[in-house]
Amino acid sequence: MAKQDRMSGNEAVAYAMKQINPDVMGAFPITPSTEIPQYYSEYIADGEVDTEFITVESEHSAMASVIGSSAAGARSVTATSSCGLAYMWELLYVAASMRLPITMAVVNRALTGPININNDHSDSMGARDSGWIQIYAETNQEVYDNFIQAIPISERMRLPIMVCQDGFITSHGVSNIELLDDEEVRDFVGEYEPEHFLLNSEEPYAVGPYGISAYYMEAKRAQAQSMKDSMAVIMDVANEFKELTGRDYGFFEEYMMGDAEVALVVIGSSAGTGKEAVDRLRGEGKKVGLIKLRVFRPFPRKPLAYAMCKVKAVAVMDKAESFSNSGGPLFNEARSSLYDLPNKPFVINYIYGLGGRDITVEDFYEIYQDLFVIYRTDDPEDVYRYIGVRDSRYRYE
Amino acid sequence: MAYSLKKEATKPERLAGGHRLCSGCGAGVAVRGVLRALDEGDRAVVTNATSCLEVSTFIYPNTAYYDSYVHSAFACAAATCSGVETAYRALKKKGKVQDNYKFITFGGDGGTYDIGIQSLSGAMERGHDMVYVCYDNEAYMNTGIQRSSATPRFANATTSPVGTQSAGKRQTKKDLTSIMAAHGLPYLAQTTFFKDMRDLHTKAHRAIYTEGPCFLNVLAPCPRGWRYEEAKLQEVCRLAVESCVWPLYEIIEGQYVLNYEPKKKLPVVDFLKMQGRFSHMFKKGNEWMIDEAQEYVDQKWETLLRVCRN
Repeated sequence: MAKQDRMSGNEAVAYAMKQINPDVMGAFPITPSTEIPQYYSEYIADGEVDTEFITVESEHSAMASVIGSSAAGARSVTATSSCGLAYMWELLYVAASMRLPITMAVVNRALTGPININNDHSDSMGARDSGWIQIYAETNQEVYDNFIQAIPISERMRLPIMVCQDGFITSHGVSNIELLDDEEVRDFVGEYEPEHFLLNSEEPYAVGPYGISAYYMEAKRAQAQSMKDSMAVIMDVANEFKELTGRDYGFFEEYMMGDAEVALVVIGSSAGTGKEAVDRLRGEGKKVGLIKLRVFRPFPRKPLAYAMCKVKAVAVMDKAESFSNSGGPLFNEARSSLYDLPNKPFVINYIYGLGGRDITVEDFYEIYQDLFVIYRTDDPEDVYRYIGVRDSRYRYE
Repeated sequence: MAYSLKKEATKPERLAGGHRLCSGCGAGVAVRGVLRALDEGDRAVVTNATSCLEVSTFIYPNTAYYDSYVHSAFACAAATCSGVETAYRALKKKGKVQDNYKFITFGGDGGTYDIGIQSLSGAMERGHDMVYVCYDNEAYMNTGIQRSSATPRFANATTSPVGTQSAGKRQTKKDLTSIMAAHGLPYLAQTTFFKDMRDLHTKAHRAIYTEGPCFLNVLAPCPRGWRYEEAKLQEVCRLAVESCVWPLYEIIEGQYVLNYEPKKKLPVVDFLKMQGRFSHMFKKGNEWMIDEAQEYVDQKWETLLRVCRN
C-alpha cells in the first residue's frame, strides 16, 4: 500500500536506499549530498538495514571502494556532488569499463572556480562521457522513483548509473511524495545475482587488465553497444514501474507538445518553472510546449527528434557551461539529434542558472517570446546565449 | 612453525610464470613470497595499484594470478581492497559467501609512499582485515625511473638527475614504516629477500593471519633503476640488510622487534658501489656524499636500536 510522506530529495534517496537495503555503501560527505550518508548512518545505527558503510577518507576512495565491493559481488551504492564527483573522475571510467552496476546519487552542484555550493549541472555534465547512465529528476517524487528504477536498469545492463537531482532545490526542498512499501521495493529490485565476481568460489575472477591496442578498442565498442542497448531496458523498467505505481516515466516528459510551434528542452527542477510559463502562454493562446529530458545518457536521439519534428523553433536550456564556444552540452546533443529531421527547427541555446542563479517564470516567458520572433523573422541571430546574467542579458558576446 | 624454503618452494604457485616482469626484478619475488605464505586451501583476492607489477602480470586476456584479482587505478589500491573486504563481510553475513578469503594488496613505492598514501592511511585507519604490501623499488620505475619520496638521497633518477649542479636526489627517503606504525596497526614489518626468505615468509604469514589492517614494506630492487646485474638481486638485498640501510624489524601490537642485527655492520659503500644509480658518489671530490650517506644510515640505525631495546 502506497503511503504519503513529506521528504526532502536527500531523504527520499536515503529512504529508497533503505528499502533497497544494498550490501555496501561507500561515501564521503560533500554539500549538498551530505545528508544522504547521514540519514543512512542513522538507519545503520538503528539496525534498520544490513548494509556495510565504508566511511572513506575521500570521494576518490569512495568510488574505488564501491568498485571493489561491486566487483566482489555486492550490490553497491554511493552519493556525491560537485568536486566530489570531479575527484572521482578517473574511477568513473574504470567502473564503467569493468561493467559494474554501481548506483550513485548525484546531487548536482556547481564545480569550484570560484567555490560555490549551489545548483547547476556542470558536475554530472562533465562526467557525461564516462560511460555511466544518467537520469535526472524534476521533483522529489521523481528522485525517489528514479533511484528505485536505477537498480534494475544498472544491474540488467551491468552499467553504472547516476541518479541526479538539483542541489538544494530538490535535495533540501521538502514536498509530499508517495512511497512504496518496503516489500514492493524489494520485489521490484530483486536479489543481485552477478554473473562474474571476485568472491565466486567456483571460478576466480580478474578485473582491471592492461588492455593493449589490440583489445582496447573492442572494449570501448562493447561499452558503446551496452549504452545503446540500455535504451530498451530503461523503457522496460519504466513500464514495470508504471504497473506497480501508475506513474509514467520515459526518456523525457512532453508537456503541451501536441500542437506546439515553439518548445523548450530542459533538464531537472527548472522544468517546473518552465511549465508555469507554458501554462501562462497557453492561456494567451500561444502554442508552446516543453520537453523535460529525464535520460541524458544514453541520449534519446531518435525519440527526441520525433517529438520535435513539427516544432518551428526550440530553445535548449543548459545549466552548465562547457566553454566550447558553441554552446552547452545539452544544446549540442539536442541540436545534433534534430539535424536529421526533414524540416529542421531553429535551435538556440541558453546557458542559465549557473552556481544557483535563479531562473524565473518571467525568464522562460521571455525565451518563448524570443522563439516566436525567430520563427517569424526566420533569423535566429546568435544561437549561443545567456539568460539571467548581469552584463549581457540575452546574448553572449 | 618450522620453515623450510625447500618445502615452501614445492607449494603450488599462486603467481604463474610467463608474466612480463624483467629478470632480476624484485616485484615478482615479493608477490610469490607473500602469496606463498597463504595456507593452502585458503582463498585470496589480490588487489593491485597501477604499477610495473600490474601491467606485467595482467595483460588482457591473460592473468598470472590463480587467485581473484582486481586493479582499479594508481592512487586507490587500498580503498579498492577495502571495498572487496567489506563486500566479503556483507555477503558472508548474508550467507552468500561460505569460503574463507584473505585480502592482499600490492603497490609500488609510487602507489604507496606517494599518490596512494591517503587511500592507504584511510583503509588502515578504518581497520579492514587486509594486508597492504608495498614493494619498494625506490623510484617510479613503471614510467622510467623518476624519483619518488622513497628514493634515497643521492640516487640518480630521471627527475633528480646528477649534473654539474646536482648530486642526485636532494632529500632523504621518507620513513613510511614509521608513518604506518603511527596508525597503531596490530602488525607491520619491514623485510626483503634475505638468505632463505624466512624473514619475508614469516612476516607475510603473520600479516595475513593477524586480524585487522597489517602492512609490509618489502625492499624489492629494480635492476633497470638501480643498475645492478640481474643475477645480483639477492646480493643487493643482503647488502642493504648487512649495512643497515634496510633493517629487518617488525612491530607487533606496538612492540618493536629487531629481527636481524649484523654481527659486523658493513659500510654503506658496500651497498652503494654495486649500483649504477650511486656511481657518481665514487668520483673524486664526492667523498662527502658517501660520508653523509653513512652518517644518515648510522643515525637511523641507532634510533631504531633504541626503539627496539626499549
